[in-house]
Amino acid sequence: MITRPYALARRQLAPVDKLLEINWGLVLLIGLIASAGFAMLYSDADGHLWPWAGPQMLRFVAGLVILVAVSLVDIRVWMTAAYPSYVISLLLLVVVKVAGHTGLGAERWIAIGPIEIQPSELMKIALILALARYLHGLSVEDVSKPRHLAILLLLIGMPVLLVAIQPNLGTTLILVMDGASILFLAGLSWWWIVPTVSAVAAAIPVAWKFILHDYQKQRVLTFLNPDSDALGAGWNITQAKIAIGSGGLSGKGFLNGTQSRLNFLPEKQTDFIWTSFCEEFGFVGAIALLILFAVVIGYGVQIAVSARSQFARLLAMGIVLNFFFYIMINAMMVMGLIPVVGIPMPLVSYGGTAMLTVMFGFGLLMSAHVHRQVEIPRSGGII
Amino acid sequence: MPLFDRKDKSRYATFTRRSVMVSGAMTAVFAVLAGRLYQLQILNGDQYKTQADENRVNQRLIAPPRGRILDRFATELADNRRNYRVMLIAEQASDGVEAALDRIGKIIALPDHQKQRVIQEIAANKRFVPVPVAENLSWEEFSRINLHLPYLPGVQPDVGETRDYPYREGLSHVLGYVAAVSVADMQGSDDDPLLGLPGFRIGKRGIEKAYDHELRGRAGASRVEVNAYGRIIRELSRVPPIPGKDVWLTIDQQIQQLVDQRLGTESAGCCVMDIQTGDILALSSTPGFDPNAFNVGVTPDEWKSLTTDDHKPLINKALAGIYPPGSTFKPAVALAAVEAGIIEPGYSVHCSGSITLGNHDFHCWKKGGHGNVDLHRGIQCSCDVFFYETAKRVGIDAIEQTARKLGLGAATGIEIPGERAGFIPSRAWKERTYGIPWQLGETLNTGIGQGYVLVTPIQLCTMAARIASGTTVRPRIAHMAGGVVLPRPIPDPLPFKPDTFQKVRDGMFAVANEPGGTAYAWRIPNPGLEMSGKTGTAQVRVITKEERLAGVKKNETLPWKLRDHALFIAYAPSSAPRYALSIIMEHDGIASHPHVQIARDVLLFAQQRDPLKMPTAYPVGAAQAQTGKVPA
Repeated sequence: MITRPYALARRQLAPVDKLLEINWGLVLLIGLIASAGFAMLYSDADGHLWPWAGPQMLRFVAGLVILVAVSLVDIRVWMTAAYPSYVISLLLLVVVKVAGHTGLGAERWIAIGPIEIQPSELMKIALILALARYLHGLSVEDVSKPRHLAILLLLIGMPVLLVAIQPNLGTTLILVMDGASILFLAGLSWWWIVPTVSAVAAAIPVAWKFILHDYQKQRVLTFLNPDSDALGAGWNITQAKIAIGSGGLSGKGFLNGTQSRLNFLPEKQTDFIWTSFCEEFGFVGAIALLILFAVVIGYGVQIAVSARSQFARLLAMGIVLNFFFYIMINAMMVMGLIPVVGIPMPLVSYGGTAMLTVMFGFGLLMSAHVHRQVEIPRSGGII
Repeated sequence: MPLFDRKDKSRYATFTRRSVMVSGAMTAVFAVLAGRLYQLQILNGDQYKTQADENRVNQRLIAPPRGRILDRFATELADNRRNYRVMLIAEQASDGVEAALDRIGKIIALPDHQKQRVIQEIAANKRFVPVPVAENLSWEEFSRINLHLPYLPGVQPDVGETRDYPYREGLSHVLGYVAAVSVADMQGSDDDPLLGLPGFRIGKRGIEKAYDHELRGRAGASRVEVNAYGRIIRELSRVPPIPGKDVWLTIDQQIQQLVDQRLGTESAGCCVMDIQTGDILALSSTPGFDPNAFNVGVTPDEWKSLTTDDHKPLINKALAGIYPPGSTFKPAVALAAVEAGIIEPGYSVHCSGSITLGNHDFHCWKKGGHGNVDLHRGIQCSCDVFFYETAKRVGIDAIEQTARKLGLGAATGIEIPGERAGFIPSRAWKERTYGIPWQLGETLNTGIGQGYVLVTPIQLCTMAARIASGTTVRPRIAHMAGGVVLPRPIPDPLPFKPDTFQKVRDGMFAVANEPGGTAYAWRIPNPGLEMSGKTGTAQVRVITKEERLAGVKKNETLPWKLRDHALFIAYAPSSAPRYALSIIMEHDGIASHPHVQIARDVLLFAQQRDPLKMPTAYPVGAAQAQTGKVPA
């Protein structure tokens, strides 16, 4: 089947060359964002490394190692690994449904020896890989053909369904958004997009009635009117807004946030860490952190559009968008713009699986950067 | 780029175009986030800052230490003592509250009802709030708890303050007690924020109530930072409380203690007074109650036994017990008679044992009669017929006025709440109340202190002091309160002719110093320390004609409730009086006159100790001229 030589497209790089090819500026930015997280975890523990900041630093170091290692691996290897990793992640999602244990009202965790992982986190990467892999072989016109679209939607639909029944609304949303945005980037016809979006809008009342759990409905209701239950379910939103607002222009100062340190904030070290950051560092600090995020995303977009293979482009952009969706949902949630859904702030929130998957994702992005000149035939990238 | 096929070029173009669109969307989202931050932190920042402060800052009141109550020589009658207690913090009790209580129960006594109360209180409070398990522990018990502390998770030894009355039942009616604030207290005019403080105690009775504001002090405040669960994290600022000021009483605890001891468990009241200043040296009502018990809370059983006791331990008999004065009223009648000029030289009444008025016989206590009786012997032997006749001649109006001048029929104004006024009847009152005129027979009954006349022991003591001093002396028990010496009026001379008092005093001297006197057997033999006095018996039952014929039953043979009340008033030394005393023992009219023995011993002790000559621990302060006139 191979009709053309690939030697020219396969610029072979030595590992040392690859190390130099890594965009270290981007790594530095990632480190800066993670440091903001360390500072807040230190502050939320009343100025102690234990129990959050220290472990988080160790995980970040492990994440850095993963990032570099992943980026050195040839992009075609990742292409080869795309389907197997998708299948494994899907199986793990089934396993966690059957044998996992419940955390905070949802079955999300699976224990492998001493390590507890969330298969839904792995799935985010695996889905992006699989979609990029499949779309790599399709022309723009192919994407909108029902035969291919059906397969693509099946690829997205299976994990979405498994995560949704855990139930895990946040990750479900992210998976749907990841999948939809990759289809969009691959050139899905507007003839599909416009009617689908309209249909989804029409389906929201149906979802409300039959799909959402009571606690999810409660979140939406209290979001719409947080004062209706200011000491109950509305507490989170109200206290988060007080924390952010009371930071003012310049913030209360490092280690001086009263809202978070006095436990008025729920989940202050995970989902609500952005609020304590805004409280202690104020508008100036919050905008600075947003700019850091934006620059990292800008780098990512630049990497995506400069890659030569469709797989690398879609992979890179998928990773960037996944990162962006995390930030968007988390920030909007804690600032009272959308209902509360359990999504952490990437790189900043405390959490092992999330940190490692985000760093793994950046590794893939970096691999796309390092191997940006690699061209891959449509039929596949097996080496 | 020869290797790129045409189709890939179109893919690339599409991807780039759509990436730009996506980037635009992402930029828009970032703009929304920044805008929201601006709105929350810049536009509404101040409002949220206020809310954050309201969240975290909590004002807590600090109770001031209560002022002490001291006697004239600075003996502490009420003070604050360390309250060793054990608290339990539910969230730290690793294996549950009940297991923790069981473990405490093995170290100190912990009754089941107390355990139940603790479990209820823990359920009602947040899990980090320390709940008292046991209070007022002995040092030994407290040490045992501390020793076992490593094995008692969640248990917290604590030292608080509690009101302490070292003399317990003695003085209980003078001092009163403190207890938790009731709903009624909260609704009163007192809007002190301390009343809302959990566990705060206020004066409920006696001096504790009368001078509650002076003793209480002013609340301090502590601004504390609390976390979302209300747990205190740190103190931001503190205004220290202003401690309550001591109250100084005129009591001499030495005399008080003797009186309390001698009255024992009898149902009795006694009052000892300085006849010149009106300073109360001892004021006792027995049986008393333990004010310490009210502080921690009286159990329903204790309360029931206090309220159903026929000796009425909750009634302050010295102030609120009203009795017919019986023969102790005779000096007042005698004074009225002398003042009215009835007692001329040679005035005497023949006593045959009874006197007839209309169709009714009025009996003397002595069945055979006293023969010819003059004023001196009339008082000395307490001859009823003499006073029937004399009262008849003097008339009720003069008796009423004299009685009022001696301080009867109106509250004395002692600083302890709950005093009753007693009663002196008058013609006008009789007409007004019953619509029929005053009857002469009623004058006769009044003449021996029976009928409508009612007095309190403190009034009787005041009367004795007024006869002895010839002035309008009034009782007072509080000398200093709130850091200032209370006003001390100079008594006016009573408006009687110069030798009027002397005749009555001679009679009262004879009662306890001349053979045949009703108190001669219990006289003070020490030269210069003699007491003058007047005995009295108040009948609480009607003696029927049949019984009188068969012989009046002796008190010793009657049930306790039907026996006569025994009264005695006295002052000493007779030659230059300083100490006045009144005593009443309910249902104790027996021949050996234990109440007179007590009066004798107390007056002798008082004179030998002579507290009035000793310098007081408080500044004496200048007495002020009295403006109020004697009520007539």
